Amino acid sequence: MMQQKTNPLRKYIRNGRLPHFFCPGCGCGQVLNYFLKAVDDLQLDFKKIITIGGVGCTARIPIYLNTDSLHGVHGRTLAWATGIKLYQPDLKVVIFAGDGDLVSIGGNHFLHAARRNLDVTVILVNNFNFAMTGGQVAPTTLLNSVTMTTPFGSKENPFDVCELAVCAGATYVSRWNTARPIQTITSIKKALQHPGFSLVEILSQCPTNFGRYALRTGDPQKVLEWIENKSILEIKAEKLSKDGLKDKFILGEFINKKRPIFQGTSLFEEESN
Amino acid sequence: MNEKLKYENKRIKSGIHFMLGNYAVVEGALAAGCNYFAGYPITPANEISELMSKRLPEVGGIFVQGEDELFSIYSVIGASLAGAKAMTATASAGFNYMQEGIGYASATEVPCVIVDVQRCRGENFATQADVMQMRWGASGDYEAICLAPSSAQELFDFTILAFNLAEEFRNPVIVMSETTIALMRERVEIPEKECIEIYKRKYTSLTPEEYLPFKAKNNSPPEFAPMGKGYHTLYTLNYHNEDGTLDWDAQGYKKLYQRITGKIRESKDKICKSESYFMDDADSVIIAYGSEVRPALDAIEMARNDGLKVGMLKLITVWPIHENLIKEIAKNVGRIFAVEMNIGKYVKEIERLCLPFCPVTSITKNMGIIHTKEEIYAAIKEAL
Repeated sequence: MMQQKTNPLRKYIRNGRLPHFFCPGCGCGQVLNYFLKAVDDLQLDFKKIITIGGVGCTARIPIYLNTDSLHGVHGRTLAWATGIKLYQPDLKVVIFAGDGDLVSIGGNHFLHAARRNLDVTVILVNNFNFAMTGGQVAPTTLLNSVTMTTPFGSKENPFDVCELAVCAGATYVSRWNTARPIQTITSIKKALQHPGFSLVEILSQCPTNFGRYALRTGDPQKVLEWIENKSILEIKAEKLSKDGLKDKFILGEFINKKRPIFQGTSLFEEESN
Repeated sequence: MNEKLKYENKRIKSGIHFMLGNYAVVEGALAAGCNYFAGYPITPANEISELMSKRLPEVGGIFVQGEDELFSIYSVIGASLAGAKAMTATASAGFNYMQEGIGYASATEVPCVIVDVQRCRGENFATQADVMQMRWGASGDYEAICLAPSSAQELFDFTILAFNLAEEFRNPVIVMSETTIALMRERVEIPEKECIEIYKRKYTSLTPEEYLPFKAKNNSPPEFAPMGKGYHTLYTLNYHNEDGTLDWDAQGYKKLYQRITGKIRESKDKICKSESYFMDDADSVIIAYGSEVRPALDAIEMARNDGLKVGMLKLITVWPIHENLIKEIAKNVGRIFAVEMNIGKYVKEIERLCLPFCPVTSITKNMGIIHTKEEIYAAIKEAL
């Protein structure tokens, strides 16, 4: 008789938590897998990883992980993370945030954590809308997209979150999508090993809400194809004109540099004598 | 020399000082073992952040000035979960923002100390207008613990008490300061280290396999597990089982909030502190809290000189309200006076407890200025 194989990443999942609550075809499950693969490849001490989620679909990823975790307040992930990281710098703090959580209600904390170069990793799952609440417009929703609160199309310009992070002072920033597991896992590994504020934005399909309202399809594959067809690698994008890049998602690594990490506003310098 | 010891020597400034109220808060926090502070500029609480930014690094602690009050409260919560004794300070308008975090800290049972230096809306005049916000500010079910100092000395003493209560009951504790005492310099006596009582956080002795993060006896807080040691604790605002995981169970929800509120409700007699003056022969009693205690006591002296037997109950713990004691007093006196510096808020609580037994007179002043003893005495005479 064939012995039933268990997923090698199963050991990282909290006991008794599965099945998860994500919709069929949602990208959050993929992101969870990519993260655990990165952790497993790097052989990180899982005990020393603290995962944090605010509120939203993505924010629920930590509740399935067998780590010390915080969850349940919208947008405050980086404030929690600062307290934990400054008091116990040897812990590795990873934040899972949706676009609404990170750059709408949590936008201010995001800018300042990046500015300070707080030594944490942010995994942003960008599905272009507020999904858990039923598909409302988000700061990342593309211009003219129909959502539950923009029935005539969104009239707001979306954020380029990676650009925002680079401007604010983040020291590792990349963008990939759920259709590209290898690049995404590689990038998460780099982010986890990076000393300083690291952001990996993962464009992800939300068939239930963004798909149905903005793209008129609830088929996960079609939503994913829409993302992948609009995606273009940074090296290729450099050769295109501004018009050619209209409505394109540029994938790649936008910054990877080192600068002093944040240890508290008031640093105590030992007197030399 | 041992690095830790070198730091610790600078922690407690034993001796007699002439000290600003806001500075007394800082020294009290340090004496209690505070090693993490996050704040955001706001008058009249700024001196707390300013001194913390200098003093905390001296004792090996961490100071952060955040981007807003939400940062302050949540980073304090994060640090506390990581094992720190953490505190933030703000004034009324900033306290509004912190309510969200107080709700989270109550639901996930995170010890932390919040100092609110009350001020009038937008202006830095004296008031006690936040007294109900201390109790009811956050959404959801919870019990608040709130202490009301009336002097710089008490700002020092009650900040230590606040840390001890926070750790013992795993609950946020609020020190309700006021412009009056925060910006006043007074005599503050800081005792020797040996004379300061500190409540140490209780950590579990169980292994990660045996440990359930929110399993506790009825009406008591659970034991902590250290962060980053394999106990994989989930701290969620949502309803959580004894093992900390998200779920929905109507009976479980009821039980969880019975315990979270019960751990304070059932320990009221232990938590609630007060002081009595001239109570032995009193036939009417002033109930006051915070800086209003001072003119009230002076007014009693005037009354006593005129032969009026007025007594005084000074509330140290404003929340939870000391129900049994106040009811007992109401049964034995002819009238209760509720003195406060707002439109008359806490008096409603006092009426709730006293009205079946004796009449209650509200003595309020809502002008950004503390009562004078003459004003309080005049109000007493008019009612008697």
